[in-house]
Amino acid sequence: MNGVHDVLAPAGPQALALFHLWNAMLVACVVVFALTMAVLAVALWRAPRAGERTRPDLDAHPRREATLRRSVVWGIAGSSVLLVVLLFASFFADRALSALPLADAVHIDLVGHQFWWEAHYEPNSPERTFATANELHVPVGRPVLIRLRADDVIHSLWVPSLGGKKDLIPGRESTLALRADRAGTYRGQCAEFCGYQHAKMALVVVAEPPADYERWSAAQRAPAREPATAQERRGLALVEQTSCAMCHAIHGTRARARRAPDLTHVASRGWLGAGAVENTPELRAEWIARAQKFKPGVNMPPLDAAPDDLAAMSAYLGSLR
Amino acid sequence: MSSRCRDRALVLAVAGVAGALTAACEREARDFLPPRPGAQVAPAASAPASAAAIALAAAMVGRYEHNAYAISAGKRLFAWYNCSGCHANGGGGSGPALMDDVWIYGGDAGTVYLTIANGRPNGMPAFAGRIPEDQLWQLAAYVRSLAGLASADAAPNRDDAFLTRTPESFADPAKPETVKPAVATGRPQ
Amino acid sequence: MDDARALPSRPRPRRRARKAQASDRRELLRDGAGAGSRAAVELERTWQDKPGVRGFLSANGHKTIGLRFVVTAFVFAGLAGVMGGLMRHQLATADSHLVGPDFYNQLFSMHGTTMMFLFAVPVMQGFALYIVPLMIGTRNTAFPRMSACAYWLYLFGGLLLFGAFATNTGPDAGWFAYVPLAGPQYGIGKRADFWNMLVTYSEAMGLMVAVDITTTILKLRAPGMTLRQMPLFVWASLVTSVMIIFAMPLVMLGANLVQFDRMLGTHFFNPAEGGDALLWQHLFWFFGHPEVYFIFIPALGFVSAIIPTFARRPMFGHDAIVLSLITTGFLSFGLWVHHMFATNLPELGKSFFTAMSFMIAIPTAMQIFCWIATIAAGRLVMRTPFLFVLGFFFILMIGGLTGIMLGSVPLDLQVHDTYFVVAHLHYVLLGGAVFPLFAALYYWFPKVTGKMLSERLGEWHFWLFFIGVNLTFFPLHVLGLEGMPRRIYTYGAETGWQTLNFVSAVGQVINDVGTLLFAINLIRTVFFTKERASADPWGAGTLEWSVASPPPKCNFFALPVVSSREPLWAPAAEVTHVQGLSAQIREGLTTTVIDALPDTRYAYPAPEIWPFVAALSVTVWLVWSIWSVPGFAWGLIPPALAFLLWYWPNKKEAIEEVEWEGEP
Repeated sequence: MNGVHDVLAPAGPQALALFHLWNAMLVACVVVFALTMAVLAVALWRAPRAGERTRPDLDAHPRREATLRRSVVWGIAGSSVLLVVLLFASFFADRALSALPLADAVHIDLVGHQFWWEAHYEPNSPERTFATANELHVPVGRPVLIRLRADDVIHSLWVPSLGGKKDLIPGRESTLALRADRAGTYRGQCAEFCGYQHAKMALVVVAEPPADYERWSAAQRAPAREPATAQERRGLALVEQTSCAMCHAIHGTRARARRAPDLTHVASRGWLGAGAVENTPELRAEWIARAQKFKPGVNMPPLDAAPDDLAAMSAYLGSLR
Repeated sequence: MSSRCRDRALVLAVAGVAGALTAACEREARDFLPPRPGAQVAPAASAPASAAAIALAAAMVGRYEHNAYAISAGKRLFAWYNCSGCHANGGGGSGPALMDDVWIYGGDAGTVYLTIANGRPNGMPAFAGRIPEDQLWQLAAYVRSLAGLASADAAPNRDDAFLTRTPESFADPAKPETVKPAVATGRPQ
Repeated sequence: MDDARALPSRPRPRRRARKAQASDRRELLRDGAGAGSRAAVELERTWQDKPGVRGFLSANGHKTIGLRFVVTAFVFAGLAGVMGGLMRHQLATADSHLVGPDFYNQLFSMHGTTMMFLFAVPVMQGFALYIVPLMIGTRNTAFPRMSACAYWLYLFGGLLLFGAFATNTGPDAGWFAYVPLAGPQYGIGKRADFWNMLVTYSEAMGLMVAVDITTTILKLRAPGMTLRQMPLFVWASLVTSVMIIFAMPLVMLGANLVQFDRMLGTHFFNPAEGGDALLWQHLFWFFGHPEVYFIFIPALGFVSAIIPTFARRPMFGHDAIVLSLITTGFLSFGLWVHHMFATNLPELGKSFFTAMSFMIAIPTAMQIFCWIATIAAGRLVMRTPFLFVLGFFFILMIGGLTGIMLGSVPLDLQVHDTYFVVAHLHYVLLGGAVFPLFAALYYWFPKVTGKMLSERLGEWHFWLFFIGVNLTFFPLHVLGLEGMPRRIYTYGAETGWQTLNFVSAVGQVINDVGTLLFAINLIRTVFFTKERASADPWGAGTLEWSVASPPPKCNFFALPVVSSREPLWAPAAEVTHVQGLSAQIREGLTTTVIDALPDTRYAYPAPEIWPFVAALSVTVWLVWSIWSVPGFAWGLIPPALAFLLWYWPNKKEAIEEVEWEGEP
């Protein structure tokens, strides 16, 4: 899935603080490494060569020993000072992470499942809340406070370009505060091994200008679009009457189950199956027919339907923008 | 050891290893795709299950009863599809208990499948056409494990949730749970 | 020559010795005479392993057991290495279908579990079992039957794990098996049960060997080898063994709690009923962090043993290194939460562990600086063992520095659970443990087998392995920064991770070639080389080089008395050997803990079948308990019986020991 997914390409203050810390530590470590290797190289270069039968040197050599002792002591002192400096750098970076101003934050409830992300925006505000899955839109410049819970096993939310990761542990609630300062698509992924399809549990964060975000969230809040064509109507009928409705919800229709990603606005998402397949009409039909082909071990069962029926369902779902 | 003793011991060892291998493979296989074609639902196929489907189901459920992944999937679906709404966690409520040894219509694999697929009088919905065939088999295998009729090795243990009953792997068909529902269900007393 | 210090006699047994008869009087043969004498022949006969299958199963000589540990460990390492190769191959291209997700999960879980539990710790313990008694001047470890039992437990545990893997029941939740994924509901089938069982075996085995080595080092050193005169490898083994005693029981406890959850329906890790999923992480990592030091510290001991020999001078800063080893061992118990920085533990508490993780770099740095000082002030013998030590410096430093990066809470939040960690752990394990391990193999191979490994093949092996390790694992740092998480069986082409993964796969092939050369070197030397090595081909200073290569069954015809750190380099003291120990029963000399003054005569147990039987009975119990709840209880009967028969006093041995008691 196309999206920036790089620790070294920060797009927000959290990731930026960590990027600076990374640079500082990298420089420090490279210097220490280079110095130590240089000293070793010089030692190897200058020490005379000998054989196994050369008599071992058991003499005292007080001056040489004193020089060596001084060098070692300086080395340890230098290393300790550097470590203390790095410790403070780390501590201050940590404080910077927790100092993100959270006024006017967008609140999101994220629940991690095997193998998808369930998101509820503004859960405390009944008139503004809506549900979506696997793709988050956030306004540029506004903080996002994500409450993290796990439904089954331990997962971990990680969007490297926006910040560090946080584990979702069953029975525990944690929070992650992020802010995107640049518009763009940022990829995230589950970062704690959670089973067969841990590899394909991606989360997309789309940062857009505040006006676009308001438009998007208003559209998400609305119920599903009515089907316009006969094919879409047939698709809706199939979705409601067969196994889709056993797990999925499409607000405004008779499909109201909450066990699988919310499909009310599924066509507004770029990918299906938490980043497993692109959301195009053909791939959508293939995913419905045989999700296991793309994501073996996912909980979505295969559907043995006629190609026309699959096309109808795909067309209907493709209309749910 | 005499040569004959040695031969016998060797045969026993090989048989033991082969037995362990097949049992383990049966138990541990993860068939993400249903093993038989035609195991999915055709949309709008709301006709009652046919005799062929019942026979196939009996065979598949018999196989799934020895497969940990299938029973575990059945357990997950039991919760997802809200079977607990009527059957609680096996103890019954408005629906009969599933973990005792009383089966109104029969407790063998084919009959349990038929019950779920075609429904029953007094409130059991018909799920054929809504739940894929393969999942119906998984559910049937799980229901039988509630009563201790599935393999104890493959049956799941305690839930990572509130304690609601003894784990399925402890269910013993010889010592069934006897549950008396508070509401009359019309079953013979 | 009379021994100037009288040996105090043992306290008399409470049982009255039976009346002496004329037939009791036999000639008492003592050690201390030359190699060809009658007493020496008798001594060798006493210390020989018994022949045949029963002899094989009942052997308890430290060299036999140590060698078995090392050989078995390398077999397991080879198998785990093949798994690693498969994983690299799978990840070399995007969207690869070489293996599916389920098998891949088993692959990385088995790879990690085998390498950590069945290779890295046992091989270090095996080396310690072989080398330490030779280095401290004694004939066997203190509790040889316990170490023998530990070997059989190790073998059975490993065989059971691989048997499970062969039947699709290999663990599939990672080498640290987090709950709830390895718990009763989501750990489907019996896979996690086998993992828990392996951990139990591993812990029991490690603990037994650790107790044996600790006691050996503290009580069986040669007279005159005070704690300050003890070689650094012995110090490393002592620190490691004490750490094992504190850390290993906890992982067995944790694994058994998970097993109770899985088999008995307890709720230790069930948040809904008052348990906590995070509890497992604490229990595991409190062991898990020291565990990597069980692997690292003996390797530091190897380096400290090799550098003086190849720099032709005593180690600079010997006392500083000893203190550094002890400090590292101590501090390693205070780091474990750095594996849990991404959880919702309080931030201030996590920062404490950052400080500790940084702090542990200082004793390691001290050792590195002392080693470099020794090299700088020495005259260098550039042979294969020394080459591997130089490789160790390079690779370990990179691994240690990335460890500092990972120790910082905020930075860890970016790189935790990514390929950055995979790169770090392989650098510290390969650089910090495997390179010194190869160095130690080349170094002590002539001592163990009596033949020198080929120097030319050794150099090729070194360079290929060095280049291969760097090529395989350095790109993984970058991949982690590019967002590649751990434990994924595949990735899409759009991630852009393919190039570096491919480079890594190429590096792994180079590694394989290097390892193949090593195998060829081994086989050629063992089976096709005729020249024998001398007792001391490297001109080293410690005691193990004073005996023939390979060592006599009794190690020393007369136990040495030492007065310096490198006894073979220092001029001989007035009193050089202990005389008067029996050549007819297995006897040794215990000395005091700090000053190594002669203390008592110690009768080593003779070879017995009971350690093997006990290990077998424990296997019965553990396997039974996986399948049946009553098996937990009933299955304890076989081990109880086996241990009872093991400890049953042996009348013949007791009579012989009494016979020797009062002898000077």
